[in-house]
Amino acid sequence: MLSLFQTHAHDFLTGFGWTIASSVLALIGSLILGTVFALMEVVPNKAANIIGRIYIEVLRNIPLLVITMFFYVVIANVVKISGFAAGTLGLTLYTSAFIAETVRAGINAVPNGQLEGALSNGLSWWQGMRYVVLPQAFKLVIPPLGNQFINLIKNSSVLAFVAGMDLMYQANMISQETFDTFGPFIIVAIFYLILTMPMSYYMRYLENKLNKEG
Amino acid sequence: MSMIEFKDVEKYYGDFHALKDINLDVEAGETVVLLGPSGSGKSTLIRTVNGLEPVQEGQLIVNGQDLANPQTDMNRTRKNVGMVFQHFNLYANKTVLENIMLAPRLVLKRDEAENKKIAMELLERVGLADKADKMPSTLSGGQQQRIAIARSLAMKPKALLFDEPTSALDPEMVNDVLKIMREIAADSSMTMLVVTHEMGFAKQVADRVIFMADGQILEDSPTEEFFANPKEPRARQFLSQIIH
Repeated sequence: MLSLFQTHAHDFLTGFGWTIASSVLALIGSLILGTVFALMEVVPNKAANIIGRIYIEVLRNIPLLVITMFFYVVIANVVKISGFAAGTLGLTLYTSAFIAETVRAGINAVPNGQLEGALSNGLSWWQGMRYVVLPQAFKLVIPPLGNQFINLIKNSSVLAFVAGMDLMYQANMISQETFDTFGPFIIVAIFYLILTMPMSYYMRYLENKLNKEG
Repeated sequence: MSMIEFKDVEKYYGDFHALKDINLDVEAGETVVLLGPSGSGKSTLIRTVNGLEPVQEGQLIVNGQDLANPQTDMNRTRKNVGMVFQHFNLYANKTVLENIMLAPRLVLKRDEAENKKIAMELLERVGLADKADKMPSTLSGGQQQRIAIARSLAMKPKALLFDEPTSALDPEMVNDVLKIMREIAADSSMTMLVVTHEMGFAKQVADRVIFMADGQILEDSPTEEFFANPKEPRARQFLSQIIH
C-alpha cells in the first residue's frame, strides 16, 4: 500500500486538495445560506416564512447526489459549469438546509425575552437578531453545527460522480488503472480521517467546555 | 398633553378577548399604577403600549403615533418608550456596560465617549458602577433589574413601562429597585406606567390607580381616593385580600 501511495502520491494529494477546497467553500457558503434561511423562517413575515420553509424542506429531502446531478447535467446545459463547481454547489445547497434547521433551533432556544428586551430598548428586529439573539444562538448550536461540518466533508465524496477531481474520484481512477480495488480506498479513507477526526475531537472538547460553563 | 391614549381598544388572542373596550388617558409626566388580580390583563395592556402585543380594534396613540395602525413604525415609538420587565431581559451575551451602551450606539448613533460617560453615570445612579464589566448572569436579580432600568434610561425616553419589576426578586432586593423607581417618578417630565403588587409604592408614588379585572378597566381613580374608598366591589375585595 505504501508503494501504491508512492507511485500515485501526486494523484492522492491532488484529490486531497480538491476535497479540502470543496469542503471549505461549501462550509462557508452553507453557513451563510443556512443562516439566511433560518432567519427567513423566524422573521415576522408570512411570505418569507413560507419561502424559507419550502427551501429547507425541498433541499433536505432530496438526495445529495440528485441535487449535484441537477447542476452537472441540467444547469450545465445552460451555463458552462465544471464538475467541481457542480459538486460544490450541490453540497452547499444540500448542507445549507440542515444548517438552517440547526440555526433555527438555536434561535428558538434563546429565551424570547432577549428579543423583547432589544425591541423595547429601541433596536429593530434585525439589530436585535444580529447583536443579541444570533450570537447566543450560534453558541448553543456549536456542537450540532460541528456534526454538520463533519458530514459535509464526508459528503464531498459526491464530487467523484461528477468528475470533481476529489479524493474519491482519484481513488476510482487509481483503482481502475492499477486493478487494485483495496489499496486506493484505504488510503483515501485515511485522508478523510485526517480531516474529520481532529474536527470530531475539537467538537467534543467544545461540548465539554460549554457543558462546564453551563 | 396625552402621552398614552387608549380609545375603545380591543385585543384578542385568537378567540380569547384579552382587553375589552379600553379607554385610558395618561398625561405626560404622570405616574399611573395598574392593579388587579392575575390574569386581569394588566401585563397585556402595558405590553401593547410599546407594540410588543398588537391590538386589533380602536386607537392606541403613544407619543403621537397610533399603534393600532399596522403601518405604524413601532421602532419610532420604542425609541421614546422604555420597558422594564419582570425577568429583566438583560442581553446575556453582553457585559453590563455594553447592555446599556448598545441601543444608544445603534439607534441614537450617540458618540462613543459620550455614550460611555452617560452609561457610567447611570450605573453610578443605580449604585452599580463597580459591576460595569461583569456579565449579567453573575449578578443578583435586584442588581440585574437596576441595570435594566439604567439601560432604559440611557435612551432618554419620554415614558417608562414597568411590568411587575419586583415580582421576581428576593424580598431584600425589592427596596433597592423601588427606591430608584421613586426617584424616576419624582422627575416631573417622565411618564410612568407601572404594573405592580407593591401597594406601598402605589400609595406613595402613583398619581392615579387603574384597577383591572377580566380584561376591563373597572376603576380609574386618584390614588388617595382609590385606597381610601374604592368604588368597585371587585376593587374593594382585591384590596382586602392584599396584606398591607
